[in-house]
Amino acid sequence: MPSYQNILSNRYTLARSWTLEVAERAGAYQQARKALTSMTPDQIKAEVKAANIRGRGGAGFPAGMKWGFLAPKKEGQEVYLVINADEGEPGTFKDRTIMEKDPHRLIEGCIIAMYAIGAHKCWIYVRCELVLAIARLEAAIREAHARGFLGARPFGKEHALDIHVHPGAGAYICGEETSLLNSLEGKRGEPRLKPPFPAVKGAFGMPTIVNNVETISAVPDVVAMGGEAWSNISLLPPEMKDGGTRLYGISGHVKRPGVYEAPVGITMRELIYDFGGGMLHPDRKLKGVIPGGSSTPVLREQDKVEAKDPKHPLNKWHGKSHLDVPMAVDTYRGIGTMLGTCCAIVMDTSVSMVEASRNLMKFYAHESCGQCTPCREGTGWLANVLDQIAAGRGKPSDVDLLVDISNNMMGNTICALADGTAMPMLAFVRKFRKEFLEAAEKGLPQSARLDEAIRSQLVRREAA
Amino acid sequence: MAFTLSAEHEKIVDELIARYPTKQAACIPVLHLCQRQVGWVSPDVVAYVATRLGMAASEVQGVVTFYTMYAQHPPGKHTVWVCRTLSCELMGAKTIQEHLEHRLGCHAGETSADGTFTLKKAECLAACGYGPMVQIDDQFFENLTVEKLDALLDRIARGETPTQEETAWYPNAAAATTSGS
Repeated sequence: MPSYQNILSNRYTLARSWTLEVAERAGAYQQARKALTSMTPDQIKAEVKAANIRGRGGAGFPAGMKWGFLAPKKEGQEVYLVINADEGEPGTFKDRTIMEKDPHRLIEGCIIAMYAIGAHKCWIYVRCELVLAIARLEAAIREAHARGFLGARPFGKEHALDIHVHPGAGAYICGEETSLLNSLEGKRGEPRLKPPFPAVKGAFGMPTIVNNVETISAVPDVVAMGGEAWSNISLLPPEMKDGGTRLYGISGHVKRPGVYEAPVGITMRELIYDFGGGMLHPDRKLKGVIPGGSSTPVLREQDKVEAKDPKHPLNKWHGKSHLDVPMAVDTYRGIGTMLGTCCAIVMDTSVSMVEASRNLMKFYAHESCGQCTPCREGTGWLANVLDQIAAGRGKPSDVDLLVDISNNMMGNTICALADGTAMPMLAFVRKFRKEFLEAAEKGLPQSARLDEAIRSQLVRREAA
Repeated sequence: MAFTLSAEHEKIVDELIARYPTKQAACIPVLHLCQRQVGWVSPDVVAYVATRLGMAASEVQGVVTFYTMYAQHPPGKHTVWVCRTLSCELMGAKTIQEHLEHRLGCHAGETSADGTFTLKKAECLAACGYGPMVQIDDQFFENLTVEKLDALLDRIARGETPTQEETAWYPNAAAATTSGS
């Protein structure tokens, strides 16, 4: 196990870490007190900008820049902060750890962020399946109120603050910010057209900042260390503007699946072999890894970085395996995938990629909200075509059909769910075409079951 | 038989409405509250919520049908959700589901003959590192084996309420004590 300092998750291992008593003894709310009593909103905004936090919810948008887009308050307007805790991207399970293990860190982040953007109200939108996370957040909010950290005069400051938990009701699409806002307003969670962006016209028609749980939970550390120092934790050069420490998740065929904290810029190889403890079955090699939630195109070890041009940002890694490229928003974009939520799904040689993609396409077909035709129809057709192929009723031209459908979905919809479906589908076909063609001709053998390898025992892997 | 909430729950509805700038915004939490009282979202619940929040019944119905966590038919005494998405399927979700179908004698979306368990398939429940897993009512049970699952269902059928085990996020973490709040 490599030893990087746990900063965001430094309270996880304390007994009863979710209670105010324990969290406060370990330093919780010191930064909120400092921010509200000795800093101006502009100072906080400057630190967050200097910290180079790339949004941790998947899109990787610079959080400081997002705060800067906030429309100036007009007479009679409110500004709102909304926290996106609708963690539903397959493979992603990191935000849950913050809410269950250290809810006070998120609340402290909310307090500082609300003060910085001039908001008095904040809603934390949590998917309702996470009952424990909701219970702990609500208890933490009550504790913070009782101690006067929230309410009319938090830390004695004339800036009323109020935080509420808003439960979802089971819809992956509500992780998309405008769909989340519709859901918050008590409507069907269908995405809205952008522009206007939420920072101009968001919740209840007011300027709204929507940030991911992990993004906001980093804010207290940014205030504590100063933006630049926090940004420099990242292993990347400062000009990459991708700073700090973050949570990495790893699941699938590894010995030690779980959530780990490390600086931005470790490699996928480190994540799999050092943190994840290596492949689950020593005799089965890595076949593919989905790097950051199911919408991010799959990576293979044998693919090499093509960046001969010295001016190319990835030139330093030219000729190296994709697994050895630092995990960051722009580097991953450069190798044709995305960092997404930074939670990897590892698949060994026992996995049929046709079956793996079929599993994911069924997910998207189920979760498309149905508002835009290319997505509503496209996701369903991808799943259907893969069903036909798997059942042995396919033909080689079906593989091209998968590509055609994907290409017709991309860029033709209100939100990015269609792109998030088409991009991984195209990558599966591009990188494992032979496997798809073979299945289209012969169907999948019975052994293509994804859990074949562990079916007989379903015994837990040994503890580390 | 019109639907009514208990006096205590009515107070909670008032509190929920006070949290938002519009009445309608309370729709999702209020529906959850009603479902907790009667087990599902009946047409009477829809009519009640519409009246209470000043919405059209069709608007409320639209919300109910959009999301997966509202039961639109009376479920069994307990609901078992099996996560079927990739990380869990890699670790044996299909085996878990087949075992449940066999044990309960029903398919996903149906209820066992004795009315004890409704079986449902769920999309990713954010427990990817700890699959296969099921959610039973409001508890997550992770790192399952067939034996563990059987033991759980036996306990629930006997009227016990097993609680969500605290998963150690770090394999070497000291397991914290378990309690909801």
